[in-house]
This record gives sequence, C-alpha cells and structure tokens, in this order.
Amino acid sequence: MLKDLFIKKKKYAAVPSEVMKSDLPDGVMTKCPKCKKITITKELQKNLKVCNGCGFHHQMSAFERIESLIDEDTFVEFDKDMISANPLKFPDYIEKLESDRNKTDLNEAIVTGKGNIDGIPVVVAVMDSRFRMGSMGSVVGEKITRAVERATEEFLPFIIFTASGGARMQEGILSLMQMAKTSSALKRHSEHGCLYISVMTNPTTGGVSASFASLGDFNFAEPGALIGFAGRRIIEQTIREELPEDFQTAEFLLDHGQLDAVLPRKEMKSKLYTILNLHEGGVLQ
Amino acid sequence: MVMLEFEKPILELKSKINELRDYTNQHDVDFSEEINRLEERLKSLESEVYGNMRVWDRVQVARHPERPTTLDYINRLFTNFIECHGDRLYGDDAAIVSGIGMFHGLPVTVVGHQRGKDTKENIRRNFGMPHPEGYRKALRLMKQAEKFNRPIITFIDTKGAYPGKAAEERGQSEAIARNLFEMAGLRVPIICIVIGEGGSGGALGIGIGNKLLMLENSTYSVISPEGAAALLWKDASLAKRAAETMKITAPDLHELGVVDQIIPEVKGGAQNDLDQQAENIDRYLYESLKEILHLSQEELVEQRYEKFSKIGQISYE
Repeated sequence: MLKDLFIKKKKYAAVPSEVMKSDLPDGVMTKCPKCKKITITKELQKNLKVCNGCGFHHQMSAFERIESLIDEDTFVEFDKDMISANPLKFPDYIEKLESDRNKTDLNEAIVTGKGNIDGIPVVVAVMDSRFRMGSMGSVVGEKITRAVERATEEFLPFIIFTASGGARMQEGILSLMQMAKTSSALKRHSEHGCLYISVMTNPTTGGVSASFASLGDFNFAEPGALIGFAGRRIIEQTIREELPEDFQTAEFLLDHGQLDAVLPRKEMKSKLYTILNLHEGGVLQ
Repeated sequence: MVMLEFEKPILELKSKINELRDYTNQHDVDFSEEINRLEERLKSLESEVYGNMRVWDRVQVARHPERPTTLDYINRLFTNFIECHGDRLYGDDAAIVSGIGMFHGLPVTVVGHQRGKDTKENIRRNFGMPHPEGYRKALRLMKQAEKFNRPIITFIDTKGAYPGKAAEERGQSEAIARNLFEMAGLRVPIICIVIGEGGSGGALGIGIGNKLLMLENSTYSVISPEGAAALLWKDASLAKRAAETMKITAPDLHELGVVDQIIPEVKGGAQNDLDQQAENIDRYLYESLKEILHLSQEELVEQRYEKFSKIGQISYE
C-alpha cells in the first residue's frame, strides 16, 4: 500500500536535521514536506495546518477537520462504535486494525455525524487517511450509506471530505461492493432533491475516487491533493512514458474539467456556507 | 489447443492412448483392450481433475486465451443483434460492445466488455480494458433501454478499467462512479453475468444489477491476484496465495452473498464447447429474467438497492 512506500522512504530520510536535533520534544515542531520550512506545531494548527511559507496543506485528522468546519457543540456522531470484522479471515488484518485504532483513537477510517455550518444543519462524513490509508471496507461503506440515508430522511445536505487510497484489500470483493452501496444511497439522496458536496483531500484514489467522491452536485478539492483512479506507477508501467509533474493533482483535474473548483482550506467553511445558503431557496424581491 | 498446467496429466494420458492407436493401425497388433482400459482411466481422471478444480486452476481457466468472449455469446443468445457505437461525447471504445437484440421474443439491451482473441484484435480492443468513453457509451445505451422499457443484460469480462494517461484526463473515476449511480436508479430489470475476469471498478462499472450471475470458472475481485500480492506482500509471485486468500471464485463469492447464481461450465471450461456453454447461459438467463420481469419499476429499483445494501460485514465494539 501507499503507506508502506512512505515507511520505506523514511528509512533513508530519517537523518535528523539541525533543528530536529535540538532538545525540543517530539511534535513541537513540524517540517513542511514541500518547502522544508519548520513551524511550531501549535502555530501550524492555528493556521488550519496550512504551511504559511508555501501554502502546503498538511494532512488533517477527522476531528481536526470537523472542528474546523462544524459550529461548536453542534456535532453529533453516528455509528461511533461500529468496527470492522474480518470476513475473509485475512491474516494479520485484525492486528493491523487494532494498531490503527490505538494510533488514531478512531474506530475506523471515517467519522460520520450531523452538525451545523454557520447555523445550517448538514450530515457530514470525514475520512481519516491515518487509519489503514483511509481505505474503504465494509464499515466505511456502511457508515457512509447510513449517513446518506439519514440525510435523505431528514432532507439534509450531505458533505463528505474524502481521504483514501481506495478499496480495502483485506475485505476483497466486499470492499468493492461498498462502491455500489454508497453510490446507490447517493442516487436516492439525489432523487429526493437533496444537495451533495464532495470535497476531495489528499489522497483520493482508486475505488473511492471511482464512486462517491466523484458524485457530488459540487466536486471540490483541496490544493495539491492527489486524485485519480489508477496509481501513477501503474500508469507509467502501462504506457511506458513519464507523466507530467502535476499529473493527478487537484489543479490537473480542474484543468481537465473534473472539478468545480479547488478550494483552499482557509476559505472552506465560508464557501461551503455560501453554497448551502444558495440552496436554502429565496424569492425575487 | 491450449492446455493448462493442471490439465497436463489428462493431456499425457490422451497422447498415450493416441500412440497406442497409431501403433495398432500400423503394426496390426490388437491393443484395443489396453486402449479401452486407458480410456476408462481417462474418464475418471477427467472427472477427478475437473471436479476438484482449485482456486488457481479456475483463475487460469478464466484467463484462458480461447475463453469465449461477450460477442461469442451475443451471437448465440440474441437474434437480430444491432451493435451501437459511440458515447456521443468523445469516441467509440471497442473494449465495450453494446447494442440491442431479441432474447426469446423479448427486446433487450446488451452491454459487455470485449477482449480480442488474437494480438491484432486485442490491440484494437485494448485487451478489454475500457476508457471513460466505454463506460459512457454503456450508460447511453442503458438510458436508452430505460426509455423503451427494455431489460438490460451485461457481460463482465475485463482485467480492469484501463490505467492510462488519457483515461485519467477524461475522468475514468467519474465515468465509473456515474455508472454506479445511474444504474442504481434504472427502472428496468438488469442482469449482470461475469463470464471471464471481473476486475475491480472496471467490472463494477457495468455491474449494478438486480441479479449477478457468474460462470463457474470466472473470477471477480477488487484487485488482480498479482496486484494483491505485490501490494500486500511486495511479491507478485505470491499471486497464487493471494488468489486463495482474496476469495475471488464463483463458489467463494456465492458464499459471501455477492453472487446470486453460478452458471455451470462445460467440462474443463467454457472454451471446450462454446455452443453448450451458450445454452447453459441461455437457460440461467431465461430463468433469472422470468423471476424479475413481473416486478414494477419501483420494485426493481428497491430490490437492487436492498441487494447491495446487504453486502458487507460489520461488527460492534
């Protein structure tokens, strides 16, 4: 999986820089992977985890995202206690899940719930790529489906923030079928005239990109996010040519007509509010 | 004729029998008793080998170069088939065939992945790996089917949607996602049949039906066994093990509740008797259609929704 690639790289890149060698405890400083600027982690968090040097959007956890968007004290989580089974009895799967649960304090790769954006109630789903690369197995599919069904019942907008490497290998065909399940639920939501906004964050690929992530009435993405169906390496091996630097970035997709807009994180809440508000209806005065 | 690894003992025995026959003809010695005995052995060997096919054997049969393709079946199952080309947006993708025809007196719309049988045709058909325009052509035809209240039959047979630059630029993800979304709402019966390899999202893109049938030796999976082995264990040569772990054969998928029915194959695989295989499909397709034709438009959509909403296994803390 992608995650393993990064782990491999770390083996070579773990030489501590001068700053990291100083006696600051872990996590106090964060280095930007793009411009290498080192920022105090708390400052970075205040800045919605956007590098103030180059604008790089750092990964956000599901609850950091929710906090940045949903009005205080309005968020109610759905299906918090749902966890993955091991339907294929896949070796080591249970252990990997457990280790990610401990690492992230999450039960799965997605958090769903209901809350307000500047007073407008919405159902929201936020994926967290720290948990199994945000991959979609039965639980992710089921939680999204239930959240969408709830939105349909209550005639509420549904907003999703995707961050996923795609289908979860360890649940095989059941993962693939979650693409069908979630898309079917969204079809119903749409036929009821409800609003669906998809915001793709880094990364959104494979089966997630090829199902609910691409089905918004509005499809947005964060700057620089990797978005695509097939992996870059697989494509390079298949077509035997090098791909442009910006291939499968949010900006590349915008250029090719696949997105409504690329939205910087700092404008996210106000832009979402504006769109929600435009769907509240009105009269010509 | 191509023989697969697991069929070798059968091939060896067959050549032995032929040798004896030749010898009998040339040398005027009577080996008919030995030949009869060996032929008896051949029969029991065949039923032993083909009756106990392992996962990897099935994967190889599913990928057999002579395995019948969508058009082979279309020509045998439907009369007056008219192929319709193009997505009206960009081009015509030869990796998907689609059109209209008659099935036992009932007009239907047919969509399927199309592989080639030789290098030249495979290049033209991109080895049955569609670009976005393939999925969009399929959707165009399926929408047309809905307009004229025709049932839709899809044949799934692809290694996957094509992983290429142009495919990404034109929205491979969107094209597949759109098909899942729209097929979920189509108000006509849809029957999907996996006839060869069902490769991931590229297969699912024409795979949202009221019923999913699979040929006995076909496979359907989220990733190829080679891909899974490379991803999970960093070693593509562990494909055999991956195939077993991932549960990709028709019997496994039936057990997982994904596949509604398994269509039996002729001995050794569909490639051995195309006409007989087409008849098997015909029988199952006919029965499946009969089971859902009486449903109202609303019931069809509801049944399809229920079918997919049940798939998956979850647990609680």
